[in-house]
Amino acid sequence: MYSEKVMEHFMNPRFVGEISDADGVGTEGNPVCGDIMRIFIKVDAENRIADIKFKTFGCGAAIATSDMVCEMVLGKTLDEALQITNATVAQALDGLPPNKLHCSNLAADALHKAIADFKERQVTLETGA
Amino acid sequence: MRSVYLDHAATTPVRPEVLEKMLPYFSEYFGNPSSIYKWGRETRAAIDEAREIVAAQLGCTPAEIVFTGGGSEADNLAIQGFALANQSKGKHLITTAVEHHAVIDTAKYLEKLGFTVTYLPVDEYGLVSPAQLEQALRPDTILVSVMYANNEVGTIMPIPELAQVCQKAGVAFHTDAVQAGGVLDLNVEKLGVNMLSLSAHKFYGPKGVGLLYHRKGTRLDSLIHGGGQERGHRAGTENIAGIVGLATALELANQEREETNQRVKGLRDQLILGLKDRISEVKLNGHPTQRLPNNVNVSIRYVEGESLLLNLDMQGIAASSGSACTSGSLAASHVLLAMGIPHEIAHGSLRLTLGRESTAADIQYLLEVLPPIVDKLRAMSPLFPEGEEKDV
Ligand SMILES: Cc1ncc(COP(=O)(O)O)c(C=O)c1O
Repeated sequence: MYSEKVMEHFMNPRFVGEISDADGVGTEGNPVCGDIMRIFIKVDAENRIADIKFKTFGCGAAIATSDMVCEMVLGKTLDEALQITNATVAQALDGLPPNKLHCSNLAADALHKAIADFKERQVTLETGA
Repeated sequence: MRSVYLDHAATTPVRPEVLEKMLPYFSEYFGNPSSIYKWGRETRAAIDEAREIVAAQLGCTPAEIVFTGGGSEADNLAIQGFALANQSKGKHLITTAVEHHAVIDTAKYLEKLGFTVTYLPVDEYGLVSPAQLEQALRPDTILVSVMYANNEVGTIMPIPELAQVCQKAGVAFHTDAVQAGGVLDLNVEKLGVNMLSLSAHKFYGPKGVGLLYHRKGTRLDSLIHGGGQERGHRAGTENIAGIVGLATALELANQEREETNQRVKGLRDQLILGLKDRISEVKLNGHPTQRLPNNVNVSIRYVEGESLLLNLDMQGIAASSGSACTSGSLAASHVLLAMGIPHEIAHGSLRLTLGRESTAADIQYLLEVLPPIVDKLRAMSPLFPEGEEKDV
């Protein structure tokens, strides 16, 4: 039911972990649906994603999309990263089963939340300074 | 790689002895049992014999057995067929919150047709009590349907006591005994039921064949209209090989019942102990003792069921889960939720169901393979408290 690419990212994810001094953190999903994704980003001076990690509770699709989105945006600018959607993540994995497109395909949303969190912290820093 | 099948509640392989009995009824004896010539008489005799074997196993008469196209059809026939035939007496039905969808969805369908249904809640073990049932009975209640054993958590309901409540009130009682077939006592007199459903593929018979026992005098409307087979209760040329397979499988299973149950129960308890011993924060779902001898259902905290199943599959192990992702719906198992288990823990449930060919080596293999999988998934889980500390 899952593509080879999904299984590869699910079985051997490369971006599992946390960044203790992350510049932005985003969480998406809820336990009722059975999927929770959390993404941590480090942003460099040129507004590029210098490091990215994830922690996910969920099914094969939830874990694979989390890992995929990390791979897709590492080294990209925040603007480029914001172009990535749940749909493009699913595409990059050679598609997901139809029943997974909804609940388990939220990794891009979690990433966008992490970026929003980063921007909010910038504002706080600037206004605070 | 080892192959270990631990999903016998989903289905079982056809036993060689059963297959052997079935094979002549595909090409050699192929006549239509309704035909009057020799070809028809031969297959009619095979069905008659199968019906007698089954009747002896259930302690009923052959005329009280209707062969169906499986357990779901038997449940549909029992509930829908009975409700439609008896609606002049009342339009209220009672069932439970933990039934198989073949029962729950049939009840929901009847609600659309104007019937009222009470879904009895269960306790933390998945049980309903006779007192609870007694309170739910109404003057217009015509039928109660309670499963014999639960397919997810293996909890065994007190059927004789529940049926007695109905008997006293003059209300018909049906039990979905699909998971109990070949494992528990199916004597319909001891159980005191008016109707009972079985499915052959759960006890090493073929798929797509089952039966409904209906006590003499129980009026049923047919769901499938046509040629008048099965005394007008189920039209369609009979699945001869399937019916022969069902009867052979049931007889064999009952002959070996005590011995198999004893052995499988030993393995089950070994498995439960092993899981608790090797994995932290595992909880057994269902009743500790009043449960099917082959059922293990545990919740493993902080991990999700489908992820567990995929990892187990990579190691050659077949299992099942009550997580949303494996049920094809967006919600976790209705059975676990009805037992009061919180969503995130219900999503982490793992069902391992043993069979007659399961061995201690199978259990050992699972107990070796599972803990590292759980560790790996917990390390990925944002819910796992230790995982958070490790990285900081
Ligand atoms: C309790 C219960 N009822 C009904 C069914 C349906 O049986 P079948 O698959 O033969 O339609 C099953 C099995 O899936 C079951 O476990």
